[in-house]
Amino acid sequence: MIENLDPTMVNWARAQFALTAMYHWIFVPLTLGITWIIAFYHTIYVKTGSEEWKNLTKFWMKLFGINFAIGVATGIIMEFEFGTNWSNYSWMVGDIFGAPLAIEGIAAFFLEATFFAVMFFGWNRVSKRFHLFATWMVAVGSNLSAVWILVANAWMQHPVGQAFNPDTARFEMHNFADVVFNPVAVSKFTHTTSASMLFASLFILSVSSWYLLKGRHVQMAKRSIIVAAVFGLLASGFVGFTGDEAAYEDAQHQPMKLAAFEGLYQGEKNAGLVAFGLINSSKKVDDDQDPFHFEIRLPGILSMLANRKFGSFVPGINDLVYGNEEQGIMGAAEKMEKGKIAIAQLDAYKKFKKAGDEAGAAAALSLFDQNREYLGYGFLNRPEEAVPPVALSFNAFHIMVVLGTVFPLVFLAFLYFSYKDTLLEQKWLLGGGVIMFFLGLIAHQAGWVVAEVGRQPWAIQDLLPVTVARSNLTAGTVKTTFVMFLVLFTVLLIAEVSIMLKQISIGPEEN
Amino acid sequence: MEQTYTGRLVASPLGRIAEFYIDGFRRMTVGRTLWKVIIIKLIIMFGVLKLFFFQDFLGTRFSTDQQRADYVLEQITAPVSAQRASNQGGEL
Repeated sequence: MIENLDPTMVNWARAQFALTAMYHWIFVPLTLGITWIIAFYHTIYVKTGSEEWKNLTKFWMKLFGINFAIGVATGIIMEFEFGTNWSNYSWMVGDIFGAPLAIEGIAAFFLEATFFAVMFFGWNRVSKRFHLFATWMVAVGSNLSAVWILVANAWMQHPVGQAFNPDTARFEMHNFADVVFNPVAVSKFTHTTSASMLFASLFILSVSSWYLLKGRHVQMAKRSIIVAAVFGLLASGFVGFTGDEAAYEDAQHQPMKLAAFEGLYQGEKNAGLVAFGLINSSKKVDDDQDPFHFEIRLPGILSMLANRKFGSFVPGINDLVYGNEEQGIMGAAEKMEKGKIAIAQLDAYKKFKKAGDEAGAAAALSLFDQNREYLGYGFLNRPEEAVPPVALSFNAFHIMVVLGTVFPLVFLAFLYFSYKDTLLEQKWLLGGGVIMFFLGLIAHQAGWVVAEVGRQPWAIQDLLPVTVARSNLTAGTVKTTFVMFLVLFTVLLIAEVSIMLKQISIGPEEN
Repeated sequence: MEQTYTGRLVASPLGRIAEFYIDGFRRMTVGRTLWKVIIIKLIIMFGVLKLFFFQDFLGTRFSTDQQRADYVLEQITAPVSAQRASNQGGEL
């Protein structure tokens, strides 16, 4: 029973999931992005027949292989966690997630496994054109397999194409196309894959900059940089475009998330976007503290971002918690009442069914259906519980945006000095280039913090809070496995970094 | 009968595909280390973590889907006031 559940278990389970997901996400974006760049390198080799481009391609392919091998199967742990720590959630979404995740598994196995072998083993063994085709198919296959997991994630943020079955306690898929073409899924996939391309470009920039600083493999590094910088610059533009789309989707379907990552407590027309600010982390939704220690806003930009219309109203946290009649916004308190009706009617339905009272069950179900879109709010105790951690969301969002603005400038600088043929003399730029990979990693992780922390308290937006999604376990059980993961992941990370650094140190000639 | 890049004579297309994989694995350098890492990782994940620490909560406690559905329904329709204690742990 819920009243006997250990309250701290939820926080340990969330921390464990965050640890696993963030570890997994060290490897995935590099895999998704670098396969495209390798495909370009490989294409240049096939077009020119140059052995130097061949060695260059083989070198980056080897680093990709190391990253893939260490990262592979780290995502499986998240599935273990679903079944153990989040059993209510797993049961309730099983029908929705089954199809996308099965497709992901099949796509990943057949496309990746088949063409991986040809890509790695195919040098001088298959025709050049078929070998190149295999390299491109690895890029396509890797990114296609990402579609499905992002479709599943997007469904949690915007649960479309489903209906709740009170007999099985499951959300059942009613329209596969709605789930797959969920606008949040489309924006999530395009934003994630383009950001991964950018990240892979930064990785190549970092390694190549290090070679140039050391005066080793100079030609290979310069060539790698030119392709990666062009690729990264194009990806940066696409990241900006898709990021704008992602923010728009947040405004439409998760306005609380948008308000949190902008630190917007009081909604306003012609709302400004915070260009720079220091948020007051002790501010609570129901106190009168100033949300910022200081901030610089770009007037009207947030309204444009949220609604595609200057001067439009953007709801703040207070509007979403307490309601705003003038703007026709229902507050969390009113939604809680409707949610509690939904839960009570679900309980009544269950009892009527057990007693064989079909008419009573039908009446209860009808009332449930009228209120089911607010089901999750019925589990909250206070309207303020609908607010995610604001300071964390705000800081993560702005770190991501600032870094996302810096990266294209870095790519431009590398291209400019490459064009001038003075790149080797720009020690400051090469020094900065070495750390770009780490900044890219921070930007990526920050992006997922915005997406996942910003949607709290929901496991499924508006329908299921994390406190109800979890299993009836003690905190001690989850704490133990959390520590085990921390140790395991640290060891694996050390192994990855060691193998990767060794290969970078050997360089392309040894391949 | 065709001669492959390894110099062996292989008759069928399937034989040539097998030869391709076998020779590829044989020539691996870093790949050998990576396969060891992958195998150790999978053994830890499935042989230790999944087996001893990550059993399916509903799968191990109930034998039928109907029992699982009833249990989850019971969980989500428990008196709303009873959830105050659990929700207090909701802040990350």
